[in-house]
This record gives sequence, C-alpha cells and structure tokens, in this order.
Amino acid sequence: MSENNNEMIERYRGNFLREVEDNVEEGEWVKMCMQCGVCSGSCPLGPHWDFGPQTLFMMIRAGKRDEVLAAEGPWMCTSCYNCIVRCPRELPITHIMHGLAHYAVRMGLAPKNQPTRKFSDLFWKNLKADGRVNELRLGISLYFMHGFVDGIKTALKKAPLGLGMVRTKRMNPMEFFGGHKVRDRKGFHRMLEKAEEIESARIEKGPRPGAE
Amino acid sequence: MPEPVPGIEGAGTDQGVILVVGGGISGITAALEATEAGKDVILIEKRPFIGGRITQLYKYFPKLCHPVCGLEINQRRIKASPRLSVLTMASLESLRGTAGDYTASVRIAPRYVNDRCTACGACAEAVQAEFNDEFHDGLGLTSADRSHAASDDSSGDSSGADPSGDSSTGPLKPARRKGAYLPYPMAWPERFVLDPRIIGTEDARRAFDACRYGAIDLDMTEETVELKVAAVIWATGWKPYDAAKIQPYGYGRIPNVITSLELERMMDPLGPTGGKLVRPSDGLPARNVAFIQCAGSRDRNHLRHCSRICCMVSLKQSTYTRERYGDEGEATIYYIDIRAIDRLEDFYRKIKSDPKVRFIKSKVANITADPRSGDPILHGVDTEGYRRYSNPHDLVVLAIGMQPSVGGDDFPFEVVVNRDGFIEPDPRNGAIFAAGCATDALDVNRSVQSATAAALRAVQVVNAGTMPGLESRRD
Ligand SMILES: Cc1cc2nc3c(=O)[nH]c(=O)nc-3n(C[C@H](O)[C@H](O)[C@H](O)COP(=O)(O)OP(=O)(O)OC[C@H]3O[C@@H](n4cnc5c(N)ncnc54)[C@H](O)[C@@H]3O)c2cc1C
Ligand code: SF4
Ligand code: SF4
Ligand code: SF4
Ligand code: SF4
Repeated sequence: MSENNNEMIERYRGNFLREVEDNVEEGEWVKMCMQCGVCSGSCPLGPHWDFGPQTLFMMIRAGKRDEVLAAEGPWMCTSCYNCIVRCPRELPITHIMHGLAHYAVRMGLAPKNQPTRKFSDLFWKNLKADGRVNELRLGISLYFMHGFVDGIKTALKKAPLGLGMVRTKRMNPMEFFGGHKVRDRKGFHRMLEKAEEIESARIEKGPRPGAE
Repeated sequence: MPEPVPGIEGAGTDQGVILVVGGGISGITAALEATEAGKDVILIEKRPFIGGRITQLYKYFPKLCHPVCGLEINQRRIKASPRLSVLTMASLESLRGTAGDYTASVRIAPRYVNDRCTACGACAEAVQAEFNDEFHDGLGLTSADRSHAASDDSSGDSSGADPSGDSSTGPLKPARRKGAYLPYPMAWPERFVLDPRIIGTEDARRAFDACRYGAIDLDMTEETVELKVAAVIWATGWKPYDAAKIQPYGYGRIPNVITSLELERMMDPLGPTGGKLVRPSDGLPARNVAFIQCAGSRDRNHLRHCSRICCMVSLKQSTYTRERYGDEGEATIYYIDIRAIDRLEDFYRKIKSDPKVRFIKSKVANITADPRSGDPILHGVDTEGYRRYSNPHDLVVLAIGMQPSVGGDDFPFEVVVNRDGFIEPDPRNGAIFAAGCATDALDVNRSVQSATAAALRAVQVVNAGTMPGLESRRD
C-alpha cells in the first residue's frame, strides 16, 4: 500500500488539491468550498477533534498532504449530515470525509491508534471472513481493542446491552463457535478480490475520465 | 392629484403612453425621466402610497441622510408634471398586444376616500377597529405571524411600546393602526384609506359621519380600466427573504433575532419603539448588537445570489448602536466577505476604523437563546484561526437577502427571468423594460440608474411607434 503513497507523491508533485480531486470520493467538490465555517460550526464532534471539514478543505488547498491524511477528523465523522444540509455550497461534506479516511488508509497514512479506524478495520475483517457481520465476535474484539483488562471492564459495562440483543434475537451466543455465513463463501471472496482489482486499476490509471 | 380615470384618457394624446408598474424609487424615477422628456406616463402602484421600500428606511448609506428628503423632491417633480398620472391601489391585470401597441387592463381597488381629504384624521379617531400595521414589517410580531409579514401583502405588525425612561419598556408588541388610516406619517398622496375590512360595519358609518369635508365615499367599488400603451416599465421591486426559513437562526422562535428591515423600523422616531433600539423580548436597551451577513443569500438552500446591498446595510446599521448608545454601543459583524465596491469601499474603511465595531470572518452556524437572560448566543468557527466561539449578544440582526417581489407565475405577461427570478433584458420581452430591484438586487443609486435606462428604452419605443430595431432582430 505505501508504494502507492510514493507513487502518488511522485505523480502529483505537491499538487495535493489535484490529487484529492482525482482520487478521493467526491474530491472534486473541495475547491467549491468558500470557507464560511458553517460545517465545522454545525458539527457535533467539532469540539473534540483536531480538524473539522472547513479546516481540512483549506489544508488540502494549502497542500498539507501529510497532516490531512494523518488527521483524526475524517475518522470522527458520525455521518450525522448536519454539515451537508447547511453548507451554502451544497458540498457533499460527509462523503468527502469518508473519502479522505479511505484514501488515507490506501496511502498507509491513516492514524494507527484512532478508535474509529480500528473499529472499521475490525468490522471489515469480520465481514470479509464470512460475508456476514458476526456481532458477537465484532463486539468482543472491540472490547479487547485496548487490552485485556480494559476489555473485561467494557464487556461488563455493556453486558445488559448484549443480553438485550440476545433476547431480541439480534445476537446469537452460538455465533462465537462459528456463526452464520454467506452461502457461497468462495464466490464472495472472489467478488471482493475483483472489486479491489478494479479499484487499484482505477488508481493506476490516474485521473478519472471527465474529472478535469 | 387629478381624479385618475378621466385624467388618463386625457393623457392619450397624439403619442403613445408609457405605463410604469410599481411606484418605488425606481418606478418614480422612470416615470419622471420619461415625462420630463415630454412623454405621457401613467404610474400604477399597488399600495395606497408611493415611495416603495425606501419609505421604511431610517437612513441611507453611504451619506447617512434621511430618505425623506429625496422623496420630497420627487413629489414636487410629480406635482409639476402635468403629463404624468399616478394611480395608487392599482395593479396590472393583463397586457395584450405588441411593442408600441399594447392594451393594459388595470384594476383599481376602492380607497373609499376621495381627493377632498385634508388628512385631518377625524375619521381615524372615530373608527374603533384596529389592525396590525403592515408598514413595520415583522417587528413585534411573534413566531408564525412574522414569517407571513415578510411577504408583501400580509398584515404586518409592530409594537406599541411607549418611549418612556431608559429602562425596559416591556416586551415589544405589534404596532396597530386604525381601520381608517394614513399608511405612514409622510405618505403621499396625503390621503387617508379605509381598510376594506371595516366596510359594511358600524365603523364605516362612524368614519363617514366624522368627516367634515365630504371626503369619504362608501359607494366606491373596484374598477377595471383598459389603457392603450406603447411601452411598459416594470418596477415592482423587492421583498425580504422569509427569515423563518433559515432554521438554525431561530427567527420567529427567538424574539431577539430580527431582520435588517425590522431594525430600520425600530430606529424610526415615529415608529413602533419611538426610535429606541431595544430587545423585543423585554424592551431592555440593545447595546451589543450582532449582524449576520448573507442571511438567506449566497446559499443554495435559500437564495443563490448575493443580495449585494446587505453588506452596506449592516455597515450603515452598525452606526445605529453608536448613535443611540455612544461609547456603550457595540456592533459585531459576522461575515463571509465584505462586499463594498467602488466608492462604497471608503465607507467600509471608515466603519472599520471604529474600535466599537468588530468584524468576525465566519458564517454563524446556529443561534441559541440563554433561557434566563434571553440573550441570543451565536455559535460557529472563526475562519481566521479556526477558533470555536459561543458569543452572547443583546440583539441579532439578520442581514436579510432580497428577492423579487413578483415572481414565477405572477407576471401578467410572458417575460424572461433569470435563475433568481429577476427580469433579464431580452428581445422576447418586447417593449417591457424592467427597472430597479425587479432586475437585480440593487441599492438606490443603482436602481435609479437602471430606471433611467429603462425610461430611455421606453421613450425610444414611443418615438418609433414600435420596437426600434425589431425588424433587424427578426432576421
Ligand atoms: C434593510 C435594507 C436597508 C436598505 N438601505 C439602503 C440604503 O441605506 N441605501 C440604499 O441605497 N439602498 C438601501 N436599500 C436598498 C433599497 O431598499 C432599494 O434599492 C430600493 O428600495 C429599490 O427600489 P425599487 O423601486 O426598485 O423597489 P421597491 O422599493 O420595492 O418598490 C417597488 C414598488 O412597487 C410596488 N409593487 C409591487 N408589486 C406591484 C404590482 N404587482 N403592481 C403594482 N405595484 C407593485 C410596491 O408596492 C413598491 O411600492 C436597503 C435595503 C434593505 C433590505
Ligand atoms: S459549509 Fe461548505 S462552504 Fe462553508 S466551509 Fe464548510 S464546506 Fe466550505
Ligand atoms: S456529517 Fe460528519 S462532518 Fe458533518 S457535521 Fe456530522 S459528524 Fe460532522
Ligand atoms: S377622510 Fe375626512 S376625516 Fe378622514 S382624514 Fe380625510 S378629511 Fe379627515
Ligand atoms: S452583499 Fe454581503 S451580506 Fe449581502 S449577500 Fe452579498 S456578501 Fe452577503
């Protein structure tokens, strides 16, 4: 993944805005931002992270590649859509935030210990294995994300929630020993591989057609 | 003023007549320019008086003079123009024909008061019924009522708080007027009006009996007249964007959030607060006033265009706090960027040098109200440094956007409008020429320029008897 990173640095030679436009989901919208501040001001997570959308978009234009791709901001977005409905320029801010997070992973620059990032990784691994989300295993791996002792504490705190989920058939304790799967697991994996292939080819090719 | 209908027929002389629709500063200017160039002109105005929106303004930027004096000069010019007829309470119903040869159908609503009125006011004293006073826009009205007041024909509002000592005058109440009234003290024509809602009631009789000049005519009815006209100048102006639609700013929910137009009404010494700058929630002095720019403008969720006057309006209004409270008055302007161009830039520089006026580069994200003090609190992020703020103020003024007062399907003829609803110059419009804020969001200076241009186009049509250059355009 990070040879990808060097390649991109080489290809765009400091024009990070262009790089974002070509490679990040909805990235071509970034230049439409007029820096009014409504998105950051409206974001419920705003007070708790390093850079809000407004700042990130300015940093992209200023070519702050390393800072943007290592930022926590894109990982903190909860998709509440407050910013999207208020942005006077109708930027698809939420999607750009997720696009940036995804791109940061591809470049190998995403923050290593960012909890949402970890959750996303776990969620993905979990899903990829059997084609279905195994809530029990996902939950357990999450609890132990910060180590064994923390995990036990969290698990105890969340016990009523888990029991509730079992009661309402949202989670099956037997999942720990196997769990439900998609029927054609091999086909599912082949499908994922194909998707990755297409995605990499797209990145290889550089700018999307019509992105100019 | 001559009695309208016979006056018009007299005007139908050997040359084509120019019809001006809308009697704001643009319509008045266009009518005067055309008539002073020797043309016959009929000006029709929907409201019972002429002058349009500027009659609601306290002061003009950039000179900070009072709009009244400009209006007085225009009234004198109208009186000195025998070939200009002014019809109030009139609107255009339909327009048929082609450039140089139109037939206009004009509907005139009954005023129930004829030209013998001396404006003595006896009828108003006799009448008992009261209504919200539409002259003061939404000021003093609460919640739902207020957003209706933003549109042209609602029964607006303001408060009757009395201008006593310097402490609280109590919450602002909507201003009321009688069922027989003069729309505002300087109204021209200086003639009273009977509200149609009192016709057929005991109050109509009371008004009639009170008038010693035989000026009240309860038998007046609506009439429609057909006019032959050569060209039309469309000058129906603007209305404020409905502030209640900008949900995060709480207009209508938070009493201490008002519009820039309401602030103009509040400053009027003869207005609802007697000219006191106060908070609608409790009538306490509003010393620390915030202005929010682009309220409804430059926003794809609201009006897409820049309303162009509101930066200058807030700069002007920032002087109001100083005027009322001296060094205790403060203004804070929250902006995306300040658009004051050409010579107006000097005014901006002057305001900027006042230490009591602060500029914060940020579009406010939302407003909450402190439950105890009623202070509006502005939340957002400052673009210069990306600092988060939550600033309390006494009063918030939304620099409200401008939109055309007539829009969409309301035109009585086919006309080409742009994305924002303003009329475009286009050959397909024939001899219909737009002037002033019907063409774009303009200040008075630019409205007058645009009106003069429209008058010239109309005069050309009259002189040529048809649309000059029409033949060549058809090829
Ligand atoms: C808060 C605020 C403060 C402002 N302060 C300033 C300032 O200090 N200096 C400055 O230069 N500009 C100022 N402006 C701008 C100024 O108000 C406009 O430039 C001016 O009013 C434009 O005049 P107009 O004649 O084009 O439109 P209007 O004033 O809107 O006049 C239109 C007229 O047409 C009539 N009408 C509407 N529809 C019809 C119809 N269907 N039939 C017949 N008649 C109709 C209306 O009743 C009205 O009388 C301010 C604007 C705002 C919002
Ligand atoms: S709200 Fe939209 S225009 Fe404003 S800073 Fe955010 S992204 Fe840019
Ligand atoms: S969608 Fe994401 S970035 Fe936008 S306001 Fe919500 S949390 Fe913040
Ligand atoms: S209508 Fe009669 S009573 Fe009323 S103001 Fe005019 S002259 Fe006076
Ligand atoms: S004139 Fe100023 S406040 Fe008004 S819309 Fe334009 S930038 Fe915004």
